[in-house]
Amino acid sequence: MCTTCGCGHDETKIEGHAHEHGHDHDHEHGHDGHHHHHGHAYAPRRSHAPGMTPARMLKIEQDILSKNDAYARENRAFLADRRVFALNLVSSPGSGKTTLLCKTIEMLKGQCAVAVIEGDQQTSNDAERIRATGAPAVQINTGKGCHLDAHMVGHAMQQLSLPERSLLMIENVGNLVCPAAFDLGEAHKVVILSVTEGEDKPLKYPDMFRAADLMLLNKCDLLPHLRFDVDQAIEAARRVNPAIQVIRVSATTGEGMGDWLAWLQARR
Amino acid sequence: MHEMSLAEGILQLLEDAARRENARRVSAVFLEIGQLASVEVESLRFCFDAVVKDSIAEGARLEIVEAPGTGWCLDCSQSVPMSDKLSACPRCGSFRVQVTGGTEMRVKELEIE
Ligand SMILES: Nc1nc2c(ncn2[C@@H]2O[C@H](COP(=O)(O)OP(=O)(O)OP(=O)(O)O)[C@@H](O)[C@H]2O)c(=O)[nH]1
Ligand SMILES: [Mg+2]
Ligand SMILES: [Zn+2]
Repeated sequence: MCTTCGCGHDETKIEGHAHEHGHDHDHEHGHDGHHHHHGHAYAPRRSHAPGMTPARMLKIEQDILSKNDAYARENRAFLADRRVFALNLVSSPGSGKTTLLCKTIEMLKGQCAVAVIEGDQQTSNDAERIRATGAPAVQINTGKGCHLDAHMVGHAMQQLSLPERSLLMIENVGNLVCPAAFDLGEAHKVVILSVTEGEDKPLKYPDMFRAADLMLLNKCDLLPHLRFDVDQAIEAARRVNPAIQVIRVSATTGEGMGDWLAWLQARR
Repeated sequence: MHEMSLAEGILQLLEDAARRENARRVSAVFLEIGQLASVEVESLRFCFDAVVKDSIAEGARLEIVEAPGTGWCLDCSQSVPMSDKLSACPRCGSFRVQVTGGTEMRVKELEIE
């Protein structure tokens, strides 16, 4: 998969990942999974005579995220090949992504195989929570990185066996900003907004709500205890993204989960 | 929004281009950043300088051209300037404006040695 691997993630660790493909730059391999040190081996090369290297202009016209987008295309082709339906779950920290995933896996038992890629800066807590449900999971720790990118996800996908027509859920790092810009190869981004976060989040973080096709309004079981205006939250989301779909759920009580599963089953 | 990741993305493109061209150094980088791209230009400059330390582009000059935000107002059927992605049409006040320009984030050109 990783044909043009650029491995720029100094801090990234992927459970179970050992590098086997060839790289054209130096790597030092750590002992604990995926750990890269970038060796910028560019300092003056001996083959070049010193001095007298005239400066010249070079047109390149490339999108800054074009490397990520190329990896995302590879991931998408890999998934399409196996007819795996992949979703990229994005939200602020603590909106209930992992809880929702655990509930979803339980409810889909016997109907559809689910595998999970978990992204967090540190710990493998979330992957362990997923594995406790019986589903396979790979944890990516991004270190200082605040989002998953398509390259890490491509490597993580290699760690999972993804049967035909299964579901791949990618839980992104809790962050309403950066993950919006990084295509991972998913079919859809799904943004989770919990009712304790305030109605105006879509207006404050419009890029994320514009990038998503579905908004799950989670923790609806708490509504009786809060002053959260559901209609106002939905209106805010529609203002930045008129096409966004909205489903109200509670990952703890199971309310609305049927609608979410129906949305999933209709698309995969 | 995520200027550090963008700076890293830029460095990857520079390294690839320099390797292809057998360049010894990248001395200037020309970017086009749209006004609606959610990029904080000053923050990008700061991150760029940090990211290129000890690389082939250490100390490179960063030239940034900001592309204006433009949209198409569905009510005026006309191209209009936009200051942010949620702004109303400056002619008629409608919010039915589709972004048509100003979201680009591109490396246009390099000066290499
Ligand atoms: N009342 C209520 N609590 C919930 C619901 N969903 C999640 N929670 C609680 O919210 C907290 C955070 O849930 P997580 O599932 O860990 O959230 P997350 O989005 O995965 O968090 P990060 O991965 O750290 O970003 C936990 O204490 C959950 O029990 C819900 O529907 N209702
Ligand atoms: Mg989680
Ligand atoms: Zn107008």
